[in-house]
Amino acid sequence: MPWATPAQAHELNGHVSVEARLFANAPLYPEQERNNGSIALAPEYYHEWTNGSSFIFVPFLRLDSADSARTHFDMRELNFLLLGNPWELRIGIAKVFWGVTEFVHLIDIINQTDLVEDLRGEDKLGQPMVHLSVPSSWGVLDFFVLPYFRERTFPGQEGRLRTPITIDTDNPVYESSAEEKHVDFGFRYSQVFDFGDIGLYYFKGTGRDPLFIPSVNSGGQPVLLPFYQLIDQAGLDLQLVAGNWLWKLEALSQDNEAENFYAATGGFEYTFVGVGDSSMDLGLIAEFAYDDRDDEAATSFENDLLLGLRLGVNDSAGTELLAGLSYDLDSRGNVLRFEASRRITDTLKIFLEGWAFFNVEPDDTSLYSIRDDGFIRLQFFYYF
Amino acid sequence: MKKKFLRYHSIELVIFLLMLLLLQPGQGQAETAEDKGLALAIEADRRDSGYGDSTAGMLMILRNKHGQESRREMRYRTLEVENDGDMSLTIFDSPKDVKGTAFLNYTHKVGDDDQWLYLPALKRVKRISSSNKSGSFMGSEFAYEDIANQEVEKYTYKWLRDEIYENRDCFVTERYPVDKKNSGYSRQVAWLDRNEYRIWKVEYYDRKNAHLKTLTISGHQQYNESFWRPEKMFMVNHQTGKSTELQFSNYRFKVGLSPDDFNKNSLKRVK
Repeated sequence: MPWATPAQAHELNGHVSVEARLFANAPLYPEQERNNGSIALAPEYYHEWTNGSSFIFVPFLRLDSADSARTHFDMRELNFLLLGNPWELRIGIAKVFWGVTEFVHLIDIINQTDLVEDLRGEDKLGQPMVHLSVPSSWGVLDFFVLPYFRERTFPGQEGRLRTPITIDTDNPVYESSAEEKHVDFGFRYSQVFDFGDIGLYYFKGTGRDPLFIPSVNSGGQPVLLPFYQLIDQAGLDLQLVAGNWLWKLEALSQDNEAENFYAATGGFEYTFVGVGDSSMDLGLIAEFAYDDRDDEAATSFENDLLLGLRLGVNDSAGTELLAGLSYDLDSRGNVLRFEASRRITDTLKIFLEGWAFFNVEPDDTSLYSIRDDGFIRLQFFYYF
Repeated sequence: MKKKFLRYHSIELVIFLLMLLLLQPGQGQAETAEDKGLALAIEADRRDSGYGDSTAGMLMILRNKHGQESRREMRYRTLEVENDGDMSLTIFDSPKDVKGTAFLNYTHKVGDDDQWLYLPALKRVKRISSSNKSGSFMGSEFAYEDIANQEVEKYTYKWLRDEIYENRDCFVTERYPVDKKNSGYSRQVAWLDRNEYRIWKVEYYDRKNAHLKTLTISGHQQYNESFWRPEKMFMVNHQTGKSTELQFSNYRFKVGLSPDDFNKNSLKRVK
């Protein structure tokens, strides 16, 4: 149904950001530069016709002073939305997020992670797709055809927060003979209730999380080749709401050539509204992440406890803080992170992020090579 | 013996009824201040029902006690739901860092509302805890419970008095939140005019019964020859000296919205 309000014709918005990442310790590997500066540009063009259909174009460019792999361009979005009644069809490069938990984005699978952007795994690469969504009173059905695979980005030789042997993203290995042209499919059912939201999905195609094959590149250097398997994956996301409590669960079961496994993450967030007679909200978050592959997990979360504090100041500058601590119950390694943001003016925003790694033992493969990479990231965003 | 007993009691009953009539001259039945307060709320709600759906533009001006201003622009869409609270969707246009953020609310007459927030950068729809009634809406002096649909069932009532407020004959009525645990208020005092049941002023008293805020409403206009909507709402916080002005524009009614315009899909689609 078209809105009677005027459609947005030829809107141009977006942001440009500058950042500095300052690392507490000297790098572990000789090729790495200690700190880096960077700028990023993300304009957005949007046009909506009076019938509600629309077109969006969002390119993204980052230039990094230290790491050539972090200097990259990506088409975040370039798609048409055809609005039926009530169905909608999106064709082109787009982004879809599934999931409910705060720290681990376990079941999110449609878009590949743009890992050079940030450690939280929330930055995603644009995914070519045909996406049909059909809402009804008994839930929403989403159908996806994904005709082209996007490889994960990884820091390069000069970049920090990388594996000891660098990942050769120029020579990925695919299980499918069609390689990145393998057509993937997804289907999802979701519904909302008074007491919470539920989603169930099935995905068949090339898995987004790679395994790594040790190899030697043409220059004789040891490298890791990303290996992308064909998978069948079923996923669940569930969120229950009761007063100040939010209960969350994400779970998946995956079948691939080598193994079948399951993984889950879940927990709660409890919010204190108006702490100490102020207008601030304080949220306490506790989540647990489990993967039955143990140490072979392609994720760094195989048996981890994650605790968080979220402070919403509710001021006119929109000040927000989030602190998180993860604790690996097997290897005992810890990751401490915080992030804070606020507006300085109506068009300028400051974002501060910090990460620290400690108690990391040599057998903790996911953290050991970044044990000295604790850093502070300061960003300024200008919105236009 | 039995007959006499009956007759005796019949006479007593007649006397009792006569006394009741004498004690309440001109009144067919007893109406307490609580009954009258509830009746006023029901009548105000009845007069506003049947609007179907509507859209409006909103400009929010936040001022601190030094007079410094910041502005937010929003669009608001709402759909009347038969036998339950209304559905609404608020889309933020500025400040630019929150542009495209949208807030979906299913009001319920009884129990907590259902609320979702859409974060466009992550393309993520977050179910949020609706017990956050007393929390500030967008850093303004309006709490979520102030801007939510004012369903009759969310309060209990008491009529206080009739008085002239700004040259209008008004009912002054008090209301008490049913959800005492999550509301920021012990009570609210509202001024409604007798002619059209429009609210002109509300005083908010915090949980300690101290006067916290005053809302004044102005520029009521009638649409479709039936529904009254204000042009401006002004909320001042007496304890902090901050204020928020909310200006409405482009009210439209019966534009053809349906429940499909108030689901998670439409939330993700907004721009």
